[in-house]
Amino acid sequence: MSIFINASTRLVVQGITGRDGSFHSKQMIAYGTNVVAGVTPGKGGQTFEAKVPVFNTVADAVKETGANTSVIYVPPAFAAAAVAEAADAGISFIVCITEGIPVIDMAKVMPFVREKGARLLGPNCPGLITPGVAKVGIIPGPICAAGRVGLVSRSGTLTYEVVNLLTRHQIGQSTCVGIGGDPVIGTNFIDVLAAFQADPETDAIVMMGEIGGTDEQKAASFIAQHVTKPVVGFIAGQTAPPGRRMGHAGAIVSGSSGTAAEKIAAFKAAGISVMERPADVVRLITERLKK
Amino acid sequence: MNLHEYQARELLKAAGVPMLDGGVATTAEEAHAIAIRIGGTVVVKAQVHAGGRGKAGGVKLAKTPAEAKEHAGRILGMTIKGLVVQTVLVVPAADIASESYVGLIMDRESQRPLFMVSSAGGIDIEEVAAKTPEKIHRLAVDPRFGLMPHQSLGLALKLYQNFNQVRAAARIMEQLYAVFMANGASLAEINPLATTPDGNVLALDAKISIDDNELDRRPDLAALRDESAEAPSEVTARKANLTFIKLDGNVGCVVNGAGLAMATMDLVKYYGGEPANFLDIGGSSNPEKVVNALKIITADPAVKVILFNIFGGITRTDDVANGIVTATRQFKVDLPIVIRLTGTNEKEAVKILEGVGMKALNDMDEAVKQAVALAKEAK
Repeated sequence: MSIFINASTRLVVQGITGRDGSFHSKQMIAYGTNVVAGVTPGKGGQTFEAKVPVFNTVADAVKETGANTSVIYVPPAFAAAAVAEAADAGISFIVCITEGIPVIDMAKVMPFVREKGARLLGPNCPGLITPGVAKVGIIPGPICAAGRVGLVSRSGTLTYEVVNLLTRHQIGQSTCVGIGGDPVIGTNFIDVLAAFQADPETDAIVMMGEIGGTDEQKAASFIAQHVTKPVVGFIAGQTAPPGRRMGHAGAIVSGSSGTAAEKIAAFKAAGISVMERPADVVRLITERLKK
Repeated sequence: MNLHEYQARELLKAAGVPMLDGGVATTAEEAHAIAIRIGGTVVVKAQVHAGGRGKAGGVKLAKTPAEAKEHAGRILGMTIKGLVVQTVLVVPAADIASESYVGLIMDRESQRPLFMVSSAGGIDIEEVAAKTPEKIHRLAVDPRFGLMPHQSLGLALKLYQNFNQVRAAARIMEQLYAVFMANGASLAEINPLATTPDGNVLALDAKISIDDNELDRRPDLAALRDESAEAPSEVTARKANLTFIKLDGNVGCVVNGAGLAMATMDLVKYYGGEPANFLDIGGSSNPEKVVNALKIITADPAVKVILFNIFGGITRTDDVANGIVTATRQFKVDLPIVIRLTGTNEKEAVKILEGVGMKALNDMDEAVKQAVALAKEAK
């Protein structure tokens, strides 16, 4: 089964003719992802790589190709609008790779996405991959292997590091999901954890967190209450120095300084096996799967 | 990007927020002249991107212009949390009847601008929030509709009983919200929002942080950046599109991606070393970025070894390898370099490095262990 993407994913790439969009579209197609359409306003009627039709709007792409999933590689100034366009066209799962989108743009677009009933992953995320079936985004295909461990992470390359370790030790993955690190994101740890808990093809979960905010603490209490599958976790930034914080609002809103120690304590209290370093993932997942 | 108090005041003043007239000085003489113009008792306030200015001695009351000059002379050049004070703000000292707090932040949880207000404002607001959270009132604003009149009035009623003051505070909140949205702020805060004995409501101190992602489309805001208030190496890094934070250790780190960069620093520490910096070369990196990264790192005399940890995704590892080769041709790097790279175009990268007699490792732990050992030998 896997989560969010599978064999029935029909992908439209927004920004398919751009530099990043075209490079990663080729990679996604080579991986076997069913890329059914591309969108670049003004380039409708063209064909990408001699096989993928390009449309002016997502609505046209949906109408002509039955696309149900979108991935966005458009520049930051236009990316929030691209998310809204996809949601308006009836796309149910939108993945936004673009980094550097003004947060206010995302705050304005999120209520619209919800109203349309769409799920957004990202922005500023590497996307996701269901090994051997489909990849949407930029996670390198060759480092993944099909299997039964689900992975969710706030970062990009740290995700690759851990996936690579798992694959090298013959531990395959059901789906690997990068949720992104921006303040306003469409899918958080809890959404992904709930999906993995419900997925019969996922036996255990790896969760890669970072310092800052309280998302990991909230995810930990969700795990304690709702996740019966074993979870292994990591917090990056244990040696990061405390920032020179301005104003009081940040501390008031979270009631927390978001340190690694706080997060690790929350993980342990929720029964999560905590990695001291990325390489520990192999030993801890193996142990937890045996029990 | 953090604005100085005087810059935040200008944005709020332009939106109509009532405040006392002040002036900005970079010398004691200028502060003296402003104090004469204002007349009466003034406050001299250090303009520096750090909290706790008052507690650090960066905020002083002056009864006469001569005293203002003396304080300004002492505060200018003072170091607060590692930052040298270059500018002071001189404002009239207000008679204060009450101090409230009004803050607006982009909230991760509600994904909306979130107001937080309290009638218990002032410098101890965080303690108030921690010990008596019921004294902090919150309201998330739907950005599609903005702050509605009943909402601003409702918040103001949490602060004051006198209805003239309630109306004044409600208007200030609407103005604060307008400034927040119009400038893509991630934080906008008035603390204290004060009342005077004659009943006026005034903003006495303001903080605004701008979302860094706004700066590309807002050159007017980008121009407010005060580079003299930042570490020179961090300015150089930003101009080269790198994220760099200097630390106290001797293992210089060049990594792609913030999460992996932090995990690399953690691993340096895990194996008994000390990272010299956080440096993220980001995605889509070109060789030029690597050259700049090496320049910044080698400028730090404490660095004994350079550790590359690159996991290619969007970043092509052959680009990084080319950058290393180019950099070592452009200027002499006397330090040992440990390179770990894997992922996109790894084979090409290894070939490029081997062509100039450099070695590339495949394993992160192995590379970090080697770098830590080399740093220890160099001591």
